[in-house]
Amino acid sequence: MNMVEKDISLRTGNVDMTHGGGGRAMAELIRDLFHRHLGNPVLDQGNDAALIDVPQGRLVMSTDGHVISPLFFPGGDIGSLSVHGTLNDVAMAGAKPLYLTAGFILEEGFPLADLERIVISMAHAAREAGVPVVTGDTKVVEKGKGDGVFITTTGLGVVPDGVRVSADRARPGQAILLSGPIGDHGVAILSKRENLEFETEILSDSAAVHGLVAQMIETVPDIAVLRDPTRGGLAATLNEIARSAKVGMMLDEAAIPLRPDVAAACELLGLDPLYVANEGKLICLCEAADAERLIEVMRAHPLGRDTARIGTVTEDDANLIQMKTGFGGTRVVDWLAGEQLPRIC
Amino acid sequence: MCLAIPAKVTALEENDMAVVALEGVKKRISVALLDEVAVGDYVLVHVGYALHLVSPEEAARTLALMAEAGILKEELDEIAGSEA
Amino acid sequence: MKYVDEFRDGELAGTLATKIRSEALPDRTYHLMEFCGGHTHAIFRYGVQDLMPDNVKFVHGPGCPVCVLPVRRLDDAVELAERHGVILCSYGDMMRVPGTKQRSLIRAKADGADIRMVYSTIDALKIARDNADRQVVFFAIGFETTTPPSAVAIRQAKAEGLTNFSVFCNHVLTPSAIGHILESPEVRELGTVKIDGFLGPSHVSSVIGSEPYEFFAEEFAKPVVIAGFEPLDVMQSALMLIRQINEGRAEVENEYTRVVTREGNLKAQKLVSEVFELRQSFEWRGLGEVPYSALRIRDAYADFDAEKRFDISEKQSREVKSCECPAILRGVKKPTDCKLFGTVCTPDNPMGSCMVSSEGACAAYWTYGRFREPRKTAREKAGKEVAA
Repeated sequence: MNMVEKDISLRTGNVDMTHGGGGRAMAELIRDLFHRHLGNPVLDQGNDAALIDVPQGRLVMSTDGHVISPLFFPGGDIGSLSVHGTLNDVAMAGAKPLYLTAGFILEEGFPLADLERIVISMAHAAREAGVPVVTGDTKVVEKGKGDGVFITTTGLGVVPDGVRVSADRARPGQAILLSGPIGDHGVAILSKRENLEFETEILSDSAAVHGLVAQMIETVPDIAVLRDPTRGGLAATLNEIARSAKVGMMLDEAAIPLRPDVAAACELLGLDPLYVANEGKLICLCEAADAERLIEVMRAHPLGRDTARIGTVTEDDANLIQMKTGFGGTRVVDWLAGEQLPRIC
Repeated sequence: MCLAIPAKVTALEENDMAVVALEGVKKRISVALLDEVAVGDYVLVHVGYALHLVSPEEAARTLALMAEAGILKEELDEIAGSEA
Repeated sequence: MKYVDEFRDGELAGTLATKIRSEALPDRTYHLMEFCGGHTHAIFRYGVQDLMPDNVKFVHGPGCPVCVLPVRRLDDAVELAERHGVILCSYGDMMRVPGTKQRSLIRAKADGADIRMVYSTIDALKIARDNADRQVVFFAIGFETTTPPSAVAIRQAKAEGLTNFSVFCNHVLTPSAIGHILESPEVRELGTVKIDGFLGPSHVSSVIGSEPYEFFAEEFAKPVVIAGFEPLDVMQSALMLIRQINEGRAEVENEYTRVVTREGNLKAQKLVSEVFELRQSFEWRGLGEVPYSALRIRDAYADFDAEKRFDISEKQSREVKSCECPAILRGVKKPTDCKLFGTVCTPDNPMGSCMVSSEGACAAYWTYGRFREPRKTAREKAGKEVAA
């Protein structure tokens, strides 16, 4: 590793209003921090807008604002999360992500060392994914008007011919596949939140799944629906799809992968894992005949090792997500109004 | 009513505190409500407090009771049929 | 999870279901009231009703401390945070309950009040230590399970001299509530609400023991089975109740022997009686005034009583007119009997307490059980056609 002469303020300084002022301080911040770590041929052009080559075909764009707290959590941080999240949104359209943008809103007083940590993490995530951050923006708000840092990322991708992945393509009889165990991310976040304090080895599952999706699309170009169960968990995502396509679903609780330590943490807090956020998982709806092939391909991928078929799409006027419990009875998996809160009774 | 979960005591600390574990998830809780507790005991945890020891013998007994082969309906019908 | 997973086993569930089916007499119906919201939740979450024969019915009781807290007291908590500028610490369950004018703790928090969700009184004490210049109030709710932790916290605060810590006490008592239901005209005289037996609360009983229920079994000639928290416990307890009913017995039996004894946790009971004493009367949402049913902080610990420390304004409770929570809490009506259920009153926009708490009969029914009845009727119809 080369020893580079670093601006001392990066190690000990904080964000101040000059960093957003458009003057020399801001240029230095951009050069010494953002470009240094995120650098790529397009970004290095150094212009406000990125000049990119656009491939033929249908394009997909997605944008996401990241306001997570805490900023640093077991298995990731807001930096890597903002990259993974948008790459995944693009992938859920069946698209291959090509470019990313990143906009930062920094709070006055935020430690530059923490900012650098976040940017390094973003850069690492982007490099691993093979998708460059081609343009960005930085603004600074007064102390008290932000939460340390907010990041907005936008992704651009291209959809292969013959692929149309959309929630309204859900049809009765289709198989519902889940790429791995649920609840890891939400539990990892909660373990860092105040007043809950428990120790666990559980890491967020934050990951970019576009590579997995590419293999899935190659195997079965006619995949109907792809969704990543983020906020609100598996339950929210399945309810959204059902409502959108006017179908119902019947799930098999015993088939849903769930790590024992995640299950235990949920029990301790009074949470239902079905409603806990995930950041490196996907749900896939496909024709029943294609399910076996798809599961095999998914299980061969590092991010899909525990893929399981968790249910079937049904005809249902009420658009209910029902589940056969491990116990033998049936329950409804409802769509919650807001975030699930821990409960005592 | 109240969500409480059995967890295993892995360490005892001062000031009536203890550490319990459930599938590798550890939590610091209070044992101020218990007379006696030892590392290895299972306790019922509710809102950060151990409310009661869990009895392994009684747990086993309850499960055995549940698993007891009851009189199956077919047998009942048989009996009813033969008495007719 | 040890002592948990074994009691959720699907195979054993099948065995128990067969047993129950064979022992429930076909010529009668069994109405079993599960007092506790936790049991209501378990029944719906695991689909226990699907494994029971049609003539064994669960009647949902008022054992949901969130549901029975009068609006007035919630308004008081909001006032403490807003007008008195305290740091209000609350369990998660209370955060979304709407008070008067739909103001909940979460709304008040959004408007700037310092309201913090905690998992335990231990967290509230820490907040008090870390914020010596602010007043910290713990919003205490719950039945006898949750009361001992509040007692420990108050004693701890006294021992440490945490003068900025106080408790807003809303602890209520289970046996009083059960007695009140059994005393109600619908149950005692009119017989419009049939309750053949009770599934007693799991964790309340681990603290108070099984002995306090012996009075009910005798006085009202109804069997009580202290039931564990897991779905297998619920089924086994239902079976024990069915047996008692068939044999004409009215006793207190204990299914949850792994944590419940006859005398309960004596140390916890002693700590509670040291810190708290009975209120002469307390208003329960849906049940009205119930004598000797709630606790307040004793004079010896008056320094930690938020009601004494802060001047809280007198308030009038106002309930939504057509809300049937009072009847539903007592088991007199079902959620579907209420005009507001599913129309105006939904979990998104709850009118009464039964819909707000995830354990309230209406919320549980909405989340897990709605559409059950129409479907069942279709199935029944199909069954009749085949038999004919």
